[in-house]
Amino acid sequence: MVSPILELTNINKSFGHVHANKNINLKINKGTIHGIIGENGAGKSTLMSIVFGLYQANSGTIKVNGKEINLRSPKDSIINGIGMVHQHFMLVENFTVLENIILGFEGEFVFGKNLEKAKKDLKDLCDTYKLNIDLNSTISDLSVGFRQRVEILKSLYRGAEILILDEPTGVLTPQEVDELFKILRSLKEEGKTIVLITHKLIEIMDLTSEVSVMRQGEMVGHTKTENTSKEKLAEMMVGRSVLLRLDKSEVKAGEVLFKVKNLTVKDDLDVTRVKNVDLEIRSGEILGLAGVTGNGQTELLEALSGIRKVESGEIYLEGKKVSDSQNFLDPRELKDKGLAHVPEDRQRMGLVTDFKAYENLIFGYHDQQPFSKSSVLNHRDIISHSKKIMEEYDVRPQSPNLITSNFSGGNQQKIILSRELNENPKVLLVGQPTRGVDIGAIEFIHQRLIDMRDRGAAILLVSVELDEVLSLSDRIVVMFDGKIVGEKDNKNVTDRELGLLMAGVV
Amino acid sequence: MEFLSDIASLINSTLRISTPLVFAAMAGIFAERSGVIDFSLEGKMLMAAFVAAVGSYFLGNPWLGLLLAIIACVSLSMLHGFASVTYKGDQVVSCVAINILIIGLTTALAAAWFGQAGLTPTLNEDQRFLEVNLPFAGSLRDVPIIGIIYSDILSGHYIFVYLAYLSVPLVFWVVFKTSFGLRLRAVGENPSAVDTAGINVFAMRYKALAINGVLIAFAGAHLSTAVNANFFREMSAGRGYLALAAMIFGKWHPKTALVACLLFGFTDALQIRLQGVELPAIGEIPVQLIQAIPYVLTVVLLAGFVGKAIAPNAIGQPYIKER
Repeated sequence: MVSPILELTNINKSFGHVHANKNINLKINKGTIHGIIGENGAGKSTLMSIVFGLYQANSGTIKVNGKEINLRSPKDSIINGIGMVHQHFMLVENFTVLENIILGFEGEFVFGKNLEKAKKDLKDLCDTYKLNIDLNSTISDLSVGFRQRVEILKSLYRGAEILILDEPTGVLTPQEVDELFKILRSLKEEGKTIVLITHKLIEIMDLTSEVSVMRQGEMVGHTKTENTSKEKLAEMMVGRSVLLRLDKSEVKAGEVLFKVKNLTVKDDLDVTRVKNVDLEIRSGEILGLAGVTGNGQTELLEALSGIRKVESGEIYLEGKKVSDSQNFLDPRELKDKGLAHVPEDRQRMGLVTDFKAYENLIFGYHDQQPFSKSSVLNHRDIISHSKKIMEEYDVRPQSPNLITSNFSGGNQQKIILSRELNENPKVLLVGQPTRGVDIGAIEFIHQRLIDMRDRGAAILLVSVELDEVLSLSDRIVVMFDGKIVGEKDNKNVTDRELGLLMAGVV
Repeated sequence: MEFLSDIASLINSTLRISTPLVFAAMAGIFAERSGVIDFSLEGKMLMAAFVAAVGSYFLGNPWLGLLLAIIACVSLSMLHGFASVTYKGDQVVSCVAINILIIGLTTALAAAWFGQAGLTPTLNEDQRFLEVNLPFAGSLRDVPIIGIIYSDILSGHYIFVYLAYLSVPLVFWVVFKTSFGLRLRAVGENPSAVDTAGINVFAMRYKALAINGVLIAFAGAHLSTAVNANFFREMSAGRGYLALAAMIFGKWHPKTALVACLLFGFTDALQIRLQGVELPAIGEIPVQLIQAIPYVLTVVLLAGFVGKAIAPNAIGQPYIKER
């Protein structure tokens, strides 16, 4: 029996009233790739932040190589050979790769001899693991995939034997994921131990040899990957069986409800982010817009929903021009014409998180009958409407008087969706409908979008989750650097093809 | 020849007038590069001027006055840190509180100790800094060009003037060529990156604020124990804010901030020079108009250029580790 390189015993951690980790036990063997899977908010990231010394556990012990260690700060973990690649990269964007890596480990007050040695060591590490990084490039010039490599290199340089990766593939294209997995496998070959935190079942099946499942702050199971399946893991994660495939009827596309002609949009810094985009969405179809974050999707959605000014080009709703660079309808007027918008950033744009659920449930429609009479809100009708709709959309807990920020991400999203879908819009713009939403709620939200489509709505789905785009859309367009670089029918396209388009390769 | 000596004296006063701005801008760079906004440069400069004047009056030595001013300013910086770094309060509010506190405190203490509201006794020659004549300044005066540059422009300044311009390359070196500087810049850009590198974010910010306190003390001491021989009410006269503007205009970089400070100093020197002067074809310009030049320039420069200045990314945000 191999002794574990990392052993956690009875770890507990609370944030206020939230018990994020409950009596967690975990053993990770040396030289393996160990997966930790669970839904958003299951406590995976918290647990690994404890192992990395960022958070301190309320109780429990951590052993590295059989020796108990006391982790007061990341420094202690780094000394003990633990490295972590965070979901949001811990890089200084206007620093070079080299500066980011040596930060905290300069070894000298005035840069000189050690800096030269560091350069040499880093070159060797890059060669060993084929990382292919230019040490002098500035982080802000690097693609997300390369930034992640810098994080890996940083951990290795600091002497990591155990490398924790938190949701490493969330922001990558499929090709970048392949590259990452290659790197991880070669790290394993060299005897490093890798802990992979993810909520994607396919990654666990692909890469890991052992897997631990977390649910609601507890460790609910450990198993060898070869003895389990995606379905079994999903059931352990959610606590009930889950439909992983969507049942979708054949598309019955009708007339064009929404049309975008030659649209160009600039962002707040006056940079052109959307470049001559043409789109057409028909009644009864879902058009998926795939792309890596930051390629103009946000600005496109904002322009289409009337939040952002159109630089040039035209937008048509039901054949009538609604916006160009001179005249444009504001979000309210567009809403009245049957266009609904579920914004990408639900906490910033979709909700007032400090308001009560019922207030958010009628927001934007609050001045209409029966919610309001002569500018006075009709409290009783609003509450009864909210109760009805919360039941219909399975918003939990079903209490309209609860402050919105106390709902989970999935339930917050359901509040927005129910508000927008309840009006039966002709055109629906949805941004990242399931970002940070747990599997159970994803299933529900997807089903609702399909229902809308079957009722004849035209839906634009913007998502960075390729799986989501593939499973929901009837047609898919890919956006790269502000341009539509390809359009595919969903029936004959693979995620590889889309990935190449997303990376701007084709 | 008269024209040349006019220019020389204009440059000479530019160097002198810019001195407190340079110290304050360098102090600001340390605080703001670490991610802590420092509007309280104004208040600290005023405090330093008061403490330096009082300290040197009682102790009879301007250096001891300066030392006390440093202690006072570092304490104020620590107070700012305590409120805005440790207790994560609003950094601007903390600064405004310090500024208001110091205006009242200096006036009240001067009244209590010396019986005059906001005025300290005049310092004698032993109690203040005197102008430093560089070696051979007298004998080189008659040499063409060199004489003017060396004897009329460079020589005959207070020690603080020399220290201010020496501080600029020193600050540049610390910020860009040392590991401390790397950590300083990182903590103002992305404190999480610093934290995960095993460095204490809070300690870094306190260190930056301590250096900030030392530098700003020099600016205040220059005002009350060198160019003037006493402290008077609100004698910093907005220089702290002007320095902050220069630092922003200089994009938080010591070299460009120095240029901005010199530009502000120059317009001030020019307005003093232009007062009462008859200009050909225009005649005498009203003094109020001339006095407005530095401020108008500040507004124009900031409105025209600040849009391109990119502040440290994490400025103004307290670092919160756990959610």
